[in-house]
Amino acid sequence: MAVNEKDLDKILNRYPAKVKRSRKKHILIRDSSMGQQEIEANTRTIPGIMTNRGCAFAGCKGVVLGPLKDVVHIVHGPIGCAYYSWLTRRNKAISEDPEKNFLTYCVSTDLQESDIVFGGEKKLARMIDEVVEFFKPNAITVSATCPVGLIGDDMQTVARIAREKHGISITAYNCEGYKGVSQSAGHHIANNGLLEWMVGQGDMEEPPGKYTINILGEYNIGGDGWEVERVLKEIGYNVQAVLTGNGSYENLINAHVAELNLVQCHRSINYIADMLEKKYGTPWLKVNFIGIRATCESLRNMALYFGDEELMRKTEEVIARELAQIEPQLEPYRKICAGKTTFCFVGGSRGHHYQGLYEELGIDTMLAGYEFAHRDDYEGRDVLPCIKPDADSKNIPELHVVPDERRYRLKITAEKMAELKDRIPLGNYKGMNVTMKDGSVIVDDLNHYETEEFIEIFKPDIFSSGIKDKYIPQKMGIPSKQLHNYDYSGPYAGFKGAVNFARDISMSFTTPTWNFIDPPWKNRPMLEGTIQSCADNCSE
Amino acid sequence: MLDCTPKEIKERRGGVINPAKTCQPIGAMYAALGIHKCLPHSHGSQGCCSYHRMHLTRHFREPVMASTSSFTEGASVFGGAANLKTAIKNVFEIYNPDVMAVHTTCLSETIGDDIPSIIKSAEVPEGKLVIHANTPSYQGSHITGFSNMTKGMVNYLAQASSEAKKERVNIIPGFVDPGDMREIKRMTDLMGVKFIMFPDTSGVLDTPMTGKFVMYPSGGAKVEDITDSGNSKLTIALGFYASSDAANQLERKCKVPAVTLKTPIGIKATDEFLLTLRQNFVTEVPYQLEEERGQLVDIMTDTHYHFHGKKVAIFGDPDIIIGLTEFALSLGMKPVHVLTGTPGGTIGGSQGIFENEITGMLNEAGIEGKVKAAGDLFGLHQWIKNEPVDLLIGNTYGKYIARAEDIPFVRVGFPILDRSMHPYLPVVGYKGAMRLLELISNALLDRADRDAKDEDFELVM
Repeated sequence: MAVNEKDLDKILNRYPAKVKRSRKKHILIRDSSMGQQEIEANTRTIPGIMTNRGCAFAGCKGVVLGPLKDVVHIVHGPIGCAYYSWLTRRNKAISEDPEKNFLTYCVSTDLQESDIVFGGEKKLARMIDEVVEFFKPNAITVSATCPVGLIGDDMQTVARIAREKHGISITAYNCEGYKGVSQSAGHHIANNGLLEWMVGQGDMEEPPGKYTINILGEYNIGGDGWEVERVLKEIGYNVQAVLTGNGSYENLINAHVAELNLVQCHRSINYIADMLEKKYGTPWLKVNFIGIRATCESLRNMALYFGDEELMRKTEEVIARELAQIEPQLEPYRKICAGKTTFCFVGGSRGHHYQGLYEELGIDTMLAGYEFAHRDDYEGRDVLPCIKPDADSKNIPELHVVPDERRYRLKITAEKMAELKDRIPLGNYKGMNVTMKDGSVIVDDLNHYETEEFIEIFKPDIFSSGIKDKYIPQKMGIPSKQLHNYDYSGPYAGFKGAVNFARDISMSFTTPTWNFIDPPWKNRPMLEGTIQSCADNCSE
Repeated sequence: MLDCTPKEIKERRGGVINPAKTCQPIGAMYAALGIHKCLPHSHGSQGCCSYHRMHLTRHFREPVMASTSSFTEGASVFGGAANLKTAIKNVFEIYNPDVMAVHTTCLSETIGDDIPSIIKSAEVPEGKLVIHANTPSYQGSHITGFSNMTKGMVNYLAQASSEAKKERVNIIPGFVDPGDMREIKRMTDLMGVKFIMFPDTSGVLDTPMTGKFVMYPSGGAKVEDITDSGNSKLTIALGFYASSDAANQLERKCKVPAVTLKTPIGIKATDEFLLTLRQNFVTEVPYQLEEERGQLVDIMTDTHYHFHGKKVAIFGDPDIIIGLTEFALSLGMKPVHVLTGTPGGTIGGSQGIFENEITGMLNEAGIEGKVKAAGDLFGLHQWIKNEPVDLLIGNTYGKYIARAEDIPFVRVGFPILDRSMHPYLPVVGYKGAMRLLELISNALLDRADRDAKDEDFELVM
């Protein structure tokens, strides 16, 4: 089942003219013969359209800062923002010292009307004092909510004074929800803060082991990060810091010693990946640990980067062993899934990265897209010079970064870099569009109306998205797989994760519960009988 | 688990740790979904709408439809009028509800958007309605938001078309699940009393699987009915915090007398509800309800030794936990810690109403307990560390305390995110009380079974 321009036009015609003009630029039908297809992304949401997007606060505190487990994250604002980001994201963490893991705590200054009128700085200062007293955290972050910018609370000064008073890292993030157009602005603001105030604060000068790396843009949802680290450790890598799944301030402050940075979620972490390269000379490699082929490719690319024979041999050995273990487990699931289709509409990364894993199960992606990605996540980083900042992105600060006086060190020579760039995605990401099949649909900021329309056309066998749209296809009898929180399952990354994913997807198809949708009396007549011919019975 | 919570209790003035409440707008969104063919609209940043839809969806496991004004920095400076007008146009053209129910957020409140005048200048199609409520998130709690939106329904819709009142009751059910709303309607029906219930989320957020997605399900209070509520003889507001404001407004506007009762959780509050209908509509309580009550009393008396004297900590929304506390006392249990995150008075009115009511109940039963409104779960946990309990009753966030202190745990209230079935089945009425009793007894007896030595492991309990 494919869609063409005419079908697309029919969908768009329902819109008021202004909306149609806008949405047209955000939807593409993939056609490889057309070369580079442009898509508009990271622009203002149309009011009333019923988007899936969230806000900058969610991107900053919820996504990037929140998973740091030995840090207390204070939310400065009325209660809601803190409450809705309390344990609602499945970034798992373990700490050796349970008293240094604060993920189960939700801390808010709970601004009241008088604070809005008279200012909330004093309350924030009090809260910071109380947090230090009760939690003795390694660091504290303070994230702003919408009213904070409007009432003019100077969080940066409150944080600075508290920092001097308590002698620990206390940093503030101006991630008011109205900034930018989506969660994306919040990622950027968080990245800036992490680089400016946390990375490099530690005393390590040399990497503690061979092949020291950081994993960026891995949030350990459902334990994804642990599964990836398991394999990396087997091969011989030493993970210094993860940004930020199961991450800690303790590890983050020495992230500068890594020889290589891996980037999983490009959208949320590309900012600090670039800045780490500028400041410390550490290149970043685009990886994808979702899907077996992608995982193997990423592992091989990493070994190629280091260029070490022993490492490459060990990589192949671990890959072979893992594959031998999971292949037989996958077979029965492949049988169940073969020939089916899916939609993959997620945040800023998974819309792309899950397509390969689905394909390995025999499931084709008919439609994919992102809530808050930018053009480079669709078209590839080559398009970056063409992207002009608009009114909404102009106000997201760009950190000006220079090589660190003491610690900048080119990890590989410029020649080696140029040679590697031809073979592996070093400092590069090709984006989602180029990997998609002709005739598939690419949608930026998919809304509810378009969801219903595209389901009607494509009739996918499974719908992969988030909680807000999950129950719409479910009501239609179409299984819906949440890819933000994995329907509370996982891990799905790496080798073992692929088997978990296959098992869960197969379960969506094979559960007998779907068979009961139509009550038996819907298809059976109430009265059954035969019609007798009149001649036999008429008393005529 | 929650290892940083100290036993020693110190006064805290910096804010909240582990909240027992959330902000107004989600309450308004929930109330608005109780109007038939209504699309709630969040006038603020799109984060609010996303978070609220997310949270309601997790509790109900149902589609929760709502739109947003998607404020950007520009709108925050110059005002959100353009965003709201565009949203109204797009919502009616693309999603075609009968009603748009706009609620504000701390953003639109702080910048002072005048919603009524924006609505007046917007393009609202013929026959369509846009109503609104002011729901600043820095005041009250989600219960206040529910109350404000319900009051908004009265403000915009309710009309008294004649002097004579109809032999009918208006019921404002409060922030309860659809299953509770169904049970209240069922009981009122059995009493033979005609009613209008608003808001009514039954048939909206507890819909069946039919193989079709219906954006505006068949449930919800019809606009004509909310309008006609001005002609009813009486309004019963169930739950002071969620419902009485709207009922009093209806009295002021349409001269429909209002009476506020407790949310009918437990035997006493259910009795009160039926008695109020009985006295006002001169109709006897039918045997069917009397039988249900008798069944409840039967099992209460027969199994009192399962729960008598057990210490219980209760937290949640004020209307719900007032009923739960009263029921716990009816069972002979000891509610020693009772806490809500919602402030305990009325906005701008006197504080302490909540504490007074609960303390009054406890005193009558001769129990010394700790009671707090505008409290948080960090504080509740500390209370429990100082005086342990045999049972914890509250929403899903209580499970961390239950695990930390190894306490049997019963999930009642909002939100329940880690179990299912609760939106479909009641905790109100006699049937609801039986269900509560089952949950409470099972939790206590499961614990007794878990801890019993082999020789003390009982076949019959």
